[in-house]
Amino acid sequence: MSVLDVHDLTVEFSQRGGGQLRAVDGLSFALREGQTLALVGESGSGKSTVVRALAQLVKRTSGEILLDGFPAGRRGQALRGYRHRVQLVFQDPFASLNPMHTVRHHLIRPLQLRLGHPRGEDLEQAVRELLRSVNLTPPDEMARKHPHELSGGQRQRVAIARALATDPDVLLADEPVSMLDVSIRLEILNLLDRLKQDRNLAMLYVTHDLATARHFSSEIMVMYRGEIVEHGPSDEVILRPSHPYTQILAGSAPDPTISREDLAAARRTRQASRASRPAERREAAADTGCRFRSRCPFAMDICATHPPDLAVAPDHLARCWLLSSDIQPAGAGAGGAQPGQ
Amino acid sequence: MSGMPGGLGNGPAAGQDLVLRAEHISVEYAGQRPTRAVRDVTIELRRGEVLGIAGESGCGKSTLAYALTRMLRPPAELTSGSITFFPSAGAPLDVMALDGEDLRQFRWNKISMVFQSAMNALNPVSSLSRQFDDIFEAHRPDMDRPARHARARELLDMVGIDPRRINGFPHELSGGMRQRVMIAMALALQPEIVIMDEPTTALDVVVQREILDEIERLREELGFSVVFITHDLSLLLEVSDRLAVMYAGEVVERAPSEAVGTAPAHPYTLGLLRSFPDMRSARRELRGVPGNPPDLRDSFAGCPFEPRCDYQFEPCGTSHPELRPPASRLATDDPALAGGWRVACHLHDPQHRPAGPPDELAGAPGAGQDQAGRDAPAADSAVTAHNPVTAGGEQ
Repeated sequence: MSVLDVHDLTVEFSQRGGGQLRAVDGLSFALREGQTLALVGESGSGKSTVVRALAQLVKRTSGEILLDGFPAGRRGQALRGYRHRVQLVFQDPFASLNPMHTVRHHLIRPLQLRLGHPRGEDLEQAVRELLRSVNLTPPDEMARKHPHELSGGQRQRVAIARALATDPDVLLADEPVSMLDVSIRLEILNLLDRLKQDRNLAMLYVTHDLATARHFSSEIMVMYRGEIVEHGPSDEVILRPSHPYTQILAGSAPDPTISREDLAAARRTRQASRASRPAERREAAADTGCRFRSRCPFAMDICATHPPDLAVAPDHLARCWLLSSDIQPAGAGAGGAQPGQ
Repeated sequence: MSGMPGGLGNGPAAGQDLVLRAEHISVEYAGQRPTRAVRDVTIELRRGEVLGIAGESGCGKSTLAYALTRMLRPPAELTSGSITFFPSAGAPLDVMALDGEDLRQFRWNKISMVFQSAMNALNPVSSLSRQFDDIFEAHRPDMDRPARHARARELLDMVGIDPRRINGFPHELSGGMRQRVMIAMALALQPEIVIMDEPTTALDVVVQREILDEIERLREELGFSVVFITHDLSLLLEVSDRLAVMYAGEVVERAPSEAVGTAPAHPYTLGLLRSFPDMRSARRELRGVPGNPPDLRDSFAGCPFEPRCDYQFEPCGTSHPELRPPASRLATDDPALAGGWRVACHLHDPQHRPAGPPDELAGAPGAGQDQAGRDAPAADSAVTAHNPVTAGGEQ
């Protein structure tokens, strides 16, 4: 059952000179109890803006956020109530904890808000429980430490404990492991996964890493320049990507299982396709129509018109003209023009 | 120079002659208790190859890179070691003995560096043209202004940037473009060695892939050798010919890249490989390497990895393992596998472990990968992956 429903979320920022930058353009999705939805995309695609809009740290320009079917409070007590239930874990645990304060200090303030200002042993007990739930043991010793005494992984555990202190229903995790060492990442992701199950959390996992997105979430949304270009079950999106951008993303991730010959062949193909378009042009964004078309190997005339969401499967959508049955792919090399290969 | 291998990691084609040898390098950061960041590391770079150095933050890989280029500044100090450069023409050069003008001429002309953060490595208040000029003014005083300008434009063009950008500033470029400029600058004087310290870490996967392709194309064209440093072992397996895995300032495994991906010999290498979920294979239980790296101010009686190791046994706490050929690979006839493969682990020492290492470290193919589900159909996607939390956490 969905906890947080988002309809047509749009966020615009004013630019110097008077223009508007549409960072998030008409996003609709739902976060469900005990499920993780992954939001994947390159830097600048608008992932973090989505998180900040959901946490109501930036104002949305238009669109609706429903918590349990009711519009999210936008100010005062109603907003505070919303924030108790929708919590955030930030990317950088070196910046998100106050270096002047102990771990205990970071945890007691949200605990006091939730529990009605308990004191003494009740409060200490709640701190210990929180620390144990994120595997920071022995809890009494950890509670006394300052952030600089902790490793990156331990800091992120504190940040997670702090997010859980208000006993939220929704957890927004914005690149929670990208600042951590590779050997630590999986432990933190496993921890988030276990907490999600134990507490029946609805989780949004924002990442640029397709592999962990697939392993830790049931659904994946792929974001490009403010739009969701593909949305579906994780395995579907990764194993049978339908939007050309998702295909390029999936094809760019290192894969140690590919043989050297295949690697070299793939590289030559990529180089050939790039040779026709200089690096400069590939990075330019299209203002109208499909925003990916300047980088798209399958770009056609119709791509100047904004594509609709088309169904690959009943629960798998992609925003690309190639999926339209009336459109014949053209322009790409033989054998490579079909999406999903 | 010629005779380049056709692609990334075409190992056997890479020449066996060395271009750089660094032996017994140790670096300390001075302090009340000195931090021994690099501990007796020996590496050899062959002409035309990509040598990968993998390890987590704080393992000493960047310090090693700075040591190779003699760029260490106090409090860092190179306490021991020798570095020899073998130019394509001329006599071997003792890098440690270089001084003043000779050292300055050696850097950038012979060995150059690409840093991780192009945002910080480029000067934000100078145009690209000005920054290219700096290189040529310092190292090619004979070049006149038009020649410098022409060469700078040529270099930009070479890395896929419109030469008209030459009068632009770094902030006008995207992250990937800035990294291209960094690479163009590193190649400006046609060095024989380029050291790349996390050149793609700050970039998106798609841009990272473009930069890697670009590096490989340039390597084919220009024939330089690369020391490629990164924490991303899965990436390194693809781009390097041979690699060294560092832990706590030491090289714990040195191996041919293609083979080590499926048959690691050191438990830490295995742990690192298992830290990367495979994007396409079946879902499985994932765990990283529990625990934290040791404090490099300490000295270790035994193996530095012992507290985090799943396979620790009696000698590990007391006796320091030396690099040795991995036990099970001694029998193989394949010279690529037997030659040069080294691992610092008591599991491979017949004295301590006559039975040899466990299967997953004994060269059984697929050890680093998901053994059960490689070809199995993907797990049921209706439910989210269930991943038991590794007990203990980091303490």
